[in-house]
Amino acid sequence: MTTIFGICAAILVGLGLYGLIIHPTPLRKILSFNILGSGIFLLFGVIARRGSVDVLAADPVPQALVITGIVVAFSATALGVALALRLNTADQDQENS
Amino acid sequence: MSISLLFILALTLPVLGIVLMVPAGGRWAREIARGVLLLNLIVAAKITAAVWQAKATLTYASGGWLPPLGIQLRADGLSAAMLLLTAFVALAVGLYAPKDFFVQRGEQETRKSFTFWILFMGVCVGMNVIFLGNDFFNLYVALELVTFAAVPLVCLSGRQSTLEAAFRYLLFALTGSAFYLLGVALLYGAYGTLDIGKLSGVVRPEPALWGAVAFMTVGLAAKTALFPLHLWLPPAHAGAPPAASALLSALVVKGSFFLTVRLWFDTAPEILNPRAGQVLGLMGAGAIVVGGVMALRQERLKLLIAYSTVAQIGYLFLIFPLAEESTALSGGMFQAMSHACAKAAMFLAAGLMAEVAGSDLLVDLRGVGRVLPLTASAFILAAVSLVGVPPTGGFATKWLLLWASFSAQQWWWTVAIFAGGLLAGGYMFRAAAPVFSQGTHVVPGISRLREWVVLILALAALLLGTFPQRPLELLAIGHPESAEVQQ
Repeated sequence: MTTIFGICAAILVGLGLYGLIIHPTPLRKILSFNILGSGIFLLFGVIARRGSVDVLAADPVPQALVITGIVVAFSATALGVALALRLNTADQDQENS
Repeated sequence: MSISLLFILALTLPVLGIVLMVPAGGRWAREIARGVLLLNLIVAAKITAAVWQAKATLTYASGGWLPPLGIQLRADGLSAAMLLLTAFVALAVGLYAPKDFFVQRGEQETRKSFTFWILFMGVCVGMNVIFLGNDFFNLYVALELVTFAAVPLVCLSGRQSTLEAAFRYLLFALTGSAFYLLGVALLYGAYGTLDIGKLSGVVRPEPALWGAVAFMTVGLAAKTALFPLHLWLPPAHAGAPPAASALLSALVVKGSFFLTVRLWFDTAPEILNPRAGQVLGLMGAGAIVVGGVMALRQERLKLLIAYSTVAQIGYLFLIFPLAEESTALSGGMFQAMSHACAKAAMFLAAGLMAEVAGSDLLVDLRGVGRVLPLTASAFILAAVSLVGVPPTGGFATKWLLLWASFSAQQWWWTVAIFAGGLLAGGYMFRAAAPVFSQGTHVVPGISRLREWVVLILALAALLLGTFPQRPLELLAIGHPESAEVQQ
């Protein structure tokens, strides 16, 4: 089971990276980054599951790392969206003037 | 003061500064930042002194929890040297910056004057964690902290071009850290720990390690702006306000380089494929040549300096193919330190000159040296160090790297080192020639303090090369293999 999820993680990372490189618009780039990130988080999940012992269904350390990682990715997305919005208004200002 | 308290202070002082700044507001942000930066320098000096006296790596398990459960902080010679240097450069920038980011009495507080200081503190704390951290995930968070503070620094002015530069920087940095995190996941999956000390004992030459190191190195190279991933750097560093450019160019790019060193030299020194080192070295050599050629073609002083950063970063990565030589690591760290001083001096000097001339176009800078003699001399001193003329820090670097490439019998790196020196001589001459030519500029109202700060930074780059023995001994602490450099 973990192998399937591992392959899914790899595909997500590949898709995200592909999108990040070929899409020219800021919003799509930000979304691609999030897909790339999801792939990595899924990989952490796979690793947690593989580290399970009889009492624990999964190794808790990668899960803790993922939570931190999600927070960081969330802040990164927020910063990216804020910049994209500012870029957008700056574009409109230029067209109007 | 105990070493554990010093470590904690290094990590919390800048954060404390931010916490104080928010209620105190922009009017007091400057004073708080200066206080914090001064204390930060004292703490860094004390940590360095402790490492120097102990002649050994100092560690502190935070909260008394030992790895693998807890997170350890660690200071060896490399971290102590970088910590001290960063604190020094940061204080210098903090003393220089107030003109741009200060609210006069009776004036309206601006967003710029407030956010600059908060972001500045963010960069400081991130860098301190990078130098003291010993856990790859902890270091990931520090790396992101530095990125989130550095990206808005680029677009403080809010102009369209700087916004674009900041967004591009953000994309490169985020992709870089995603790759780094991917490598961290693989490391944890394979070895069940992320503590550098623990990892170095258990890593084996196998695909999991190679994959992890490859992902992490590529990610860190994107953040360090190593050729050919350097495209984001010139517009970002050239568009930022001078004080911010100095921080970004002198310090921020060194953080991710430092992690690359930790990864290659401390985690898996023996079992990494030497051919991979050749690839990194080749990218470094490419950076030296391409950065130099591009710098020669620039019409704006700040862009020229930014491309020179691209070239100087190249030298840092020459240490990886030469890793087996004892002088390579010292040479690389020496480059990181002398470049930090020289580049900060250059960007700050460029800022002062542009203030007087009204723009940073090379043609507009004619004769600026006549009204700003101190700044112009600082600029020349820094330039001479970057070119690598003895007895400057840049010369010591090149000498150490040349020594390493000769004794490793990899003569091809010497070609890159000499070509880089020649190119640097060329573009620095282009930058300096108008400054010292005839021209008419009114005597400016520039405070002496700001001019002296620039000169002191440039002198630090010079002194590093004049008295290299002590810094080299410090760098060797905790890295016995890089210990003795022949007299």
